[in-house]
Amino acid sequence: MQASTTHALPHAGEHEAHHHELGFLQKYIFSTDHKVIGVQYGITSLLFLFFGFCLMMMMRWSIAHPGTPIPLGIGSLLNKALGDVADKGIMSANLYNSFGAMHGTIMVFLGIVPLAFAAFGNFVVPLQIGAPDMAFPRINMASYQVYVIGGVVMLVSFFMPGGAAQAGWTSYSPLATVIPGSGQTFWLVGMIFLITSSLLGAVNFLATIIQLRAPGMTWMRLPFFVWAQFVTGFLLLLAFPPLEAAGIMQLMDKVAHTSFFLPTGLAATGIGHISGGGSPLLWQHLFWFLAHPEVYVLILPAIGIVTEILANNMRKPIWGYKSLVYSVLTIGFVSFIVWAHHMYVTGMGTRISTFFQTTTMIISIPSVIILTCLFLSLWGASIRINTPMLFVLAFLPMFGIGGLTGLPLGFNFSDLHLHDTYYVIAHFHYIVAPGTIFALFAGVYYWFPKMTGRYMSEFWGKVHFICSFIFMNGIFQPMFAQGMAGMLRRMYDGGINYASASLPAAVGGLSDSNIHMNSIVSIAAWCLGLSQLPFIFNFFWSINHGKKIASDNPWHSTTLEWQTPTPPPHGNFTKPVVVYRGPYEYSVPGKDKDYTPQNEP
Amino acid sequence: MSDQHDTADFQKHVKKYLFVFYALIAGTVLTVAASYLPIESVALTVAIALFIACIKGFLVAGWFMHLISERKMIYGILLATGFFVAGLMFLTVWSMNHNSMIHIK
Amino acid sequence: MEIPYTVEARPDTGLFNAKVGIWLFLASEVMLFGALFSSYILLRVGAEPGEWPHGLLDVRLGMINTIVLIISSITVVMAWASLKMKDFSKFKMYQAVTLVCALCFLGIKSYEYRDKFSHYEVQLNDGKVVDGHMISSDAEKIVIHGHYVDKVAAAKVTHAWQEREIKNEEIEIKNSDVKYKESYGPWHNTYMAIYFTLTGLHALHVIGGALVIGFIWGPGAGMWKTEPERYTNRIEISGLFWHFVDLVWIFLFPVLYLL
Repeated sequence: MQASTTHALPHAGEHEAHHHELGFLQKYIFSTDHKVIGVQYGITSLLFLFFGFCLMMMMRWSIAHPGTPIPLGIGSLLNKALGDVADKGIMSANLYNSFGAMHGTIMVFLGIVPLAFAAFGNFVVPLQIGAPDMAFPRINMASYQVYVIGGVVMLVSFFMPGGAAQAGWTSYSPLATVIPGSGQTFWLVGMIFLITSSLLGAVNFLATIIQLRAPGMTWMRLPFFVWAQFVTGFLLLLAFPPLEAAGIMQLMDKVAHTSFFLPTGLAATGIGHISGGGSPLLWQHLFWFLAHPEVYVLILPAIGIVTEILANNMRKPIWGYKSLVYSVLTIGFVSFIVWAHHMYVTGMGTRISTFFQTTTMIISIPSVIILTCLFLSLWGASIRINTPMLFVLAFLPMFGIGGLTGLPLGFNFSDLHLHDTYYVIAHFHYIVAPGTIFALFAGVYYWFPKMTGRYMSEFWGKVHFICSFIFMNGIFQPMFAQGMAGMLRRMYDGGINYASASLPAAVGGLSDSNIHMNSIVSIAAWCLGLSQLPFIFNFFWSINHGKKIASDNPWHSTTLEWQTPTPPPHGNFTKPVVVYRGPYEYSVPGKDKDYTPQNEP
Repeated sequence: MSDQHDTADFQKHVKKYLFVFYALIAGTVLTVAASYLPIESVALTVAIALFIACIKGFLVAGWFMHLISERKMIYGILLATGFFVAGLMFLTVWSMNHNSMIHIK
Repeated sequence: MEIPYTVEARPDTGLFNAKVGIWLFLASEVMLFGALFSSYILLRVGAEPGEWPHGLLDVRLGMINTIVLIISSITVVMAWASLKMKDFSKFKMYQAVTLVCALCFLGIKSYEYRDKFSHYEVQLNDGKVVDGHMISSDAEKIVIHGHYVDKVAAAKVTHAWQEREIKNEEIEIKNSDVKYKESYGPWHNTYMAIYFTLTGLHALHVIGGALVIGFIWGPGAGMWKTEPERYTNRIEISGLFWHFVDLVWIFLFPVLYLL
């Protein structure tokens, strides 16, 4: 085993027989090496996640203290940068709406998907299957570059006249089409770039997993992370194009004045002659046809990461590998036929609502099977506690809460009450925030040593974990109650216009404690923001000052990415890889080590 | 790669390609001619047009794109895709069917 | 560092990498055009009876374009077959025909688009509507080669085949009489909108495919000398994409022009 180096990124050179030295631009900016591209995706997406988080922190001020200037100079900064929408430092309703729409868009498309699928996938998948790189390295580089362009377009939209897109990340027409200004147009153009990037990435991942598995790496010997990425790739490949089609049509509506989504008889659009004859519901169908599989794109790589780290820190195989594989394939397949459970309140007939309700209930079965297998795996395990394991152990119940709270939303009758309330926000954030993001944090702490040759600080990792866990729950737990009491989404003033205190004669107004929750949630949000500072500092400090690892396989893992030098050289493996066994051969009776790597004969 | 290396073998394939070509041209002429038939039912008109189009599509996909001799992996991908496209089309149109909508009086 | 199976097939899948890649990409394209076709179905089925126009497109031009693409389809597969039979000059010839067909298709399409942009519906102040092609326009009047629209008769046309006796003549209209005029662009009605979107996206794919095929045929042809098998694979892959473009048109033509 070779001693670790202090370089943060893999480099060509010493380990290879024939390679010439690449210049800085070719090594780090225009690299076609999957590990470099993975890190590029990782850093860019973490920055976008932070930006999206900042948008939310400002929104939370408006919710808790509507009509007051945002403190700490942030309000006046907004006023200077964006003009009247932040007049006197107070967040206006329009600004709140654009922050809300962009928070969703940025977190989903610029943050989580690139981090979970592209960043971790790019770095880990070729290593875990024993391949020298992705199947199409130049397309890989192109997909990252197109992602950056899409991100820039989205960011620039804030400064366009009229501001950024304001009709939610869901961009329902006719609202999205008739809002004046070019924000929505930029959103659509940005989405076209991001969708293109995802499609190129998906093709690459799928072709790589199908074609470049090392000899002996059969499908049923793949680490579960690779299976998760495989299904995610299919979801991206087949679900994104209808949104691209819808995006093109909405762009035509805005720019070429068509009426794909504008019905006849639409009054007061202010957009001049329209032909009418369009269908607002068509947008919703096409949008949700993507957006439902999209939520599985958000969770499946995280489940994959959790499985890897769980097996490693339990020193025990995962229980039910076959069940996990069949479940994830089933989830992938069924996720394409549940989308209209987001549309129960549109007035679709009962027959079709029943169809989607049925498929929605069906898809909850494989999800529960996966979570059950992971929980059952813990039985009889030798649990080793470290920062990645803490995040992973927290993921399990948090994802459980998020998933189970989805059931009332999946049923037509209960969804009528809960649709568009804070209950929905709590449900999906529980899955993505203390769910996926925790798994991604775990992945960062876990694979950091392979990328850099150093551990991140365990102490600050635990601080990061405890604070994040407490404040995540502090933010989203109250929202269930708020939602069930009827507090609606997307209200810039926290619902004071619906408060019993403002309307004493009204029936069913929001109670004082309900409104008061806004402040508690906001404080928890700002504390969560502060809790990320140890992580950010830890990440950058540890690159050069973290504790050095003693071997190339510091976690004593069985999977192939740990059987390489640190960091892995261009081409990954110094000798040809042959796989002899499954991915989780931990604590096999009769062996001298408590783990047997996959490529050990 | 493909298993054909023999030039002689390939001549047989060229014959097949030519046959497909003629069939496609015939199909095109047929479709246009059929569109001038005085048929009252819209459903039948659509069915005829799509039927001929599907045959032409099958010929292009099967022979020009070698799908007829292609591997299971490709079939699997395309089958799943076909299922999802069909789902998108039919479920969307079904949801907009006026008979199944809830009209508030 | 060599990435395996870029040229030779992987034994268990029987495929080389780029072939897997292009079929995956084509699957996503099926979803893209499938979504647009679904939108077409939805918009048409949801339109008020009698509102969906017919006969706005020239069937002869559409048929010619269909035949042009079919010709290009066989030339692209013959180009690949020529390379498999090691005949480079035949390949060059067939692929050149493919490119000529592509240009022909785009030329005819541009002509059709231009035709639609010069086709106007003019609403007059007295309630009459004139429909036809604009011959000339100046500061005082416009001249339309068309006819006065009879809404009742027009609504009776539910099939493309229904014969309509329309006499087109030159109609002079004073600008002061015009309430509103609009060309038959995508903004004119949902049929035009979906027509331009579907054929426009298809045309972009024709351009893209032609550029790739053209590049490999021209500047990229040196690879035939250095790595002939890899070059042949490139022809196969670009050919597969080209056939898909043809396939989409095979469905577009009857749906938009004939139904």
